Amino acid sequence: MIPGFADLQRVLPELIWCGFGVVLMLVQPFVKSRQALTFIAMVGAAAGTLVTFFGIPGSGFSGLIQFDTFSLFFHWLIGLITFLVILASDSYLERENLDGAEFYALILFATAGMGVLSSAQELLTAFIGLEMSSISSYVLAGYRRDSIKASESAVKYFLLGSFATAFFLYGIALIYGVTGSTNLAKLAEADPANNLLRLGLTLILVGLGFKVAAAPFQIWTPDVYEGAPTPVTALFSAGPKAATFALLLRIFSSVHAATNFWFWAFWILAVLTMFAGNLGALVQGNVKRMLAYSSIAHAGYTLVAFAAVTFVRSDPEAVAPAYAAVLFYLASYSLVSVGAFTVVSEIGGRGERYLTFDDYAGLGTRQPFAAAALTLFLLSLLGLPITAGFFGKLYIFTAAIKSNLVWLAILMAVNSVIGAYYYFRLIVVMYMREHKGAVPSEAALGLSPTAAMVVTVAAIITLYLGLAPNHILGIVLSQNLMLSAR
Amino acid sequence: MALSGHLLTVVIFFPALGALALLLLRGDDELWIRRLAFVVSAAEFLFSLFLLRAVPIGATGYPLEEFGHWISAPPINYHLGVDGISMFLVILTTFLTPICVLVSSPGVHHRIKEFHVMLLLLEVGVVGVFLSLDLFLFFLFWEIMLIPMAFIIGIWGHERRIYAAVKFVIYTMAGSILMLVGIVWLYNATGTFDLPTIQQLLQSGVLVLSERTEMILFLAFFVAFAIKVPLFPLHTWLPDAHVEAPTAGSVILAGVLLKMGTYGMIRFCLPLFPEASHRAAPYVAALAIIGIIYGALVAMVQPNLKKLVAYSSVSHLGFVVLGIFAFRDISMQGAVYQMLAHGISTGALFLLVGMLYDRRHTFEISEYGGLATPMPRLAAFFLFVALSSLGLPMLNGFVGEYLILVGTYQVHWKWAAWAATGVILSACYLLWSYQRVFFGEVTHEKNRELPDTSAREQWILVTVAVVILWMGLGSPFFTRRFAAPCKALIEQTNPNVMHEVMFPDVAGPHDREHAKNSVERLASR
Repeated sequence: MIPGFADLQRVLPELIWCGFGVVLMLVQPFVKSRQALTFIAMVGAAAGTLVTFFGIPGSGFSGLIQFDTFSLFFHWLIGLITFLVILASDSYLERENLDGAEFYALILFATAGMGVLSSAQELLTAFIGLEMSSISSYVLAGYRRDSIKASESAVKYFLLGSFATAFFLYGIALIYGVTGSTNLAKLAEADPANNLLRLGLTLILVGLGFKVAAAPFQIWTPDVYEGAPTPVTALFSAGPKAATFALLLRIFSSVHAATNFWFWAFWILAVLTMFAGNLGALVQGNVKRMLAYSSIAHAGYTLVAFAAVTFVRSDPEAVAPAYAAVLFYLASYSLVSVGAFTVVSEIGGRGERYLTFDDYAGLGTRQPFAAAALTLFLLSLLGLPITAGFFGKLYIFTAAIKSNLVWLAILMAVNSVIGAYYYFRLIVVMYMREHKGAVPSEAALGLSPTAAMVVTVAAIITLYLGLAPNHILGIVLSQNLMLSAR
Repeated sequence: MALSGHLLTVVIFFPALGALALLLLRGDDELWIRRLAFVVSAAEFLFSLFLLRAVPIGATGYPLEEFGHWISAPPINYHLGVDGISMFLVILTTFLTPICVLVSSPGVHHRIKEFHVMLLLLEVGVVGVFLSLDLFLFFLFWEIMLIPMAFIIGIWGHERRIYAAVKFVIYTMAGSILMLVGIVWLYNATGTFDLPTIQQLLQSGVLVLSERTEMILFLAFFVAFAIKVPLFPLHTWLPDAHVEAPTAGSVILAGVLLKMGTYGMIRFCLPLFPEASHRAAPYVAALAIIGIIYGALVAMVQPNLKKLVAYSSVSHLGFVVLGIFAFRDISMQGAVYQMLAHGISTGALFLLVGMLYDRRHTFEISEYGGLATPMPRLAAFFLFVALSSLGLPMLNGFVGEYLILVGTYQVHWKWAAWAATGVILSACYLLWSYQRVFFGEVTHEKNRELPDTSAREQWILVTVAVVILWMGLGSPFFTRRFAAPCKALIEQTNPNVMHEVMFPDVAGPHDREHAKNSVERLASR
């Protein structure tokens, strides 16, 4: 069938993101100024995000795409993340002497993929979104061609990622075999007890579990995060993760066959992921790797809320907070993570040489602003009050306890304490240790203006969500959002 | 008074305003930073004195409350309130903070602005903890105050400061995160974070906790508080934190932060989980008594003067916990009184030890000896404070310990007997260390020329000494004001008291005897 205007309107953000990506590639030979490219990319990211205001809720392309408040929320989030990442990349690209146009184009393509993921109502569409974002990500991970670590990162990500995608595809095939459809709405009517269906969903869970770095599918994360250019790492830890979680939530909260039975799967995934992330982070001497492991841990916290969602699926009263907890947590974690990685990117210096804890010693006196901002982000990751992370954690606790998952909540609490150790260790290093030896002149420079802007925005959002979470909470708790997703 | 409507808010957030003002000053403008910090904290003390007027004698409940909506879902409210117990703890905090500002002028000589900002933020957190009536708000302040304290230890402390700071944070976090699970559980059961509301729900029987649930929740809260107190065997962070912290940090730590733990027990554990508190009481009391004796014995053999004072805190706080878990009107009053007295006395001991450190840069007792000769005034103050700490009658330490022991004796004479050994031991370690530091011949040549107290130090010490004496002689001024809330608390908590109410005076002596026996049985259960 021929897509109508209304259909196109529901994928307008994706169209704009892709369109700007193509434009960037086309204008590259004519535009010498990197700033101009950055500007175009930022306009693209912002335009794609802002048009969602004019989007009309409903399903498009005969039920392939569901444009509802749920996907609206994720479009905003992803758009904001992309916007910030592009802004933060500007000085990075200059420092590393890298090409701007392809970089931004790839980021915008990946963003479009994430957009598709978050509004897909049909598994093959989701697959397309997943591939769009993944393939762009593989290239982005290896963007620093002359760095061995970056190449390792890209190859690892590509090989393992393809493997995971294959799992996802097998899962779709099995589900299609059972139900004769790949549409989530049809899937919801399928017999939940069918074993083949369960197998299919398991494979989907494995595939998506890889993308969100859930243990035991998390092994790739630290290496890939470490090797990728840091702004890209910021994107990885925020955007694709949020979008994949969005898809997971759509599948596992709207499909009958995907609930109840799955509670233990999420329970175990959550516990494994939390411990894998936190224990791994504990022994890192490299800040970027530490944050990579911490990102695994935070995926684990999000999965705790998933366990709550699947556990209380039948009770709409109880599922609402669990649902809201996932969204709020993703929003708070993503923005904090972008902020933290941006600081790391700036401190890293040319060739990303200054990444160890020792390089951060004395940062509190050398670069007060960067250190203060990073401290705020770390405190938010740690979950201390008046930061976004605290409410994120609180809502997950509330969701877990509302679903009687007290043990899971306690395990999460234990993990938070482990987390406190390594986050606080970095704060200690920044403020309480002196830098050994001479400080390299390059590392003594402050943040670049664009990075400072990103950090400031992220910090303001962190505090805003920590002091007045009402507004965002109102959005994620709105009945509208929940109903449409079901 | 225009302020009176928001007096509590002012008392909490005024230091934050001061911290903000400090940030505007130039970093190297040492003199004005110290002056401004002192003026702010002194003004804060005066503000907190208004609380005395706001809380009438004999009032139960919360005579002064503030309420505002903050977050709609979950319903978290800005609910503050003060009663006779929390009022004095707030005043203790605001009294000690200007002293800390004064005392840190020789000790702290780098990043002075940051230090005072942290000190004022710490005050915000601590006062907030004492005034919050919303569980969530309480937790928020409880966590917030961690960071400035950790920074004070970690940046301005002594050699092993980083180790001590990290240990302090991890210990406290471990306890408080479990408390958060407990708080969320309570919220889940009641739909509110409001302490008085939850209390009412529990008392009226609308919310019934099973025996097991109540015990688990009690423990979730209790462990967090016990770490803070610190109760044996969770005390190991304390000596490190104390020894490594700068003098001001130690004073605040010993003076107020430890009281947050015992205050938490009084305000949350007892009224929310009375049954569980009673069932846990024998074990808690045993730990408290072990803490009293163990702390005293370890203090006795300390070669390090500051560690000695730190361990004496373990011992003294054991008394407070014992007094709380004896569930007696009088012992509860004693516990509150001991909290205040310990805050002043131990705070003063840390001040004095800090003054010695400023002169000699060591805490080793063996480095001192015969100090009474070069510095008679400091020696006199030290003796006075040591005597108050070991509980000499007429001075502040005596009142609290005496009331606690009397109350405990009514419940269980053995507990009182064991605890009383702590009083004797405290005399041993304090006087013995005093003798080694101040009496005898001057053993080190360096010590011969040490200057006696400066005018500034003298002012600080005189102020503290006056308060010590006043608390010793004029104890009714204090007890009158927190007697009513203590009594109300015990009545709410105590099934025993309900028994007594059930056997009014009309009943014969036999009945009363019977009631008394059952009371004792319940108490020893």
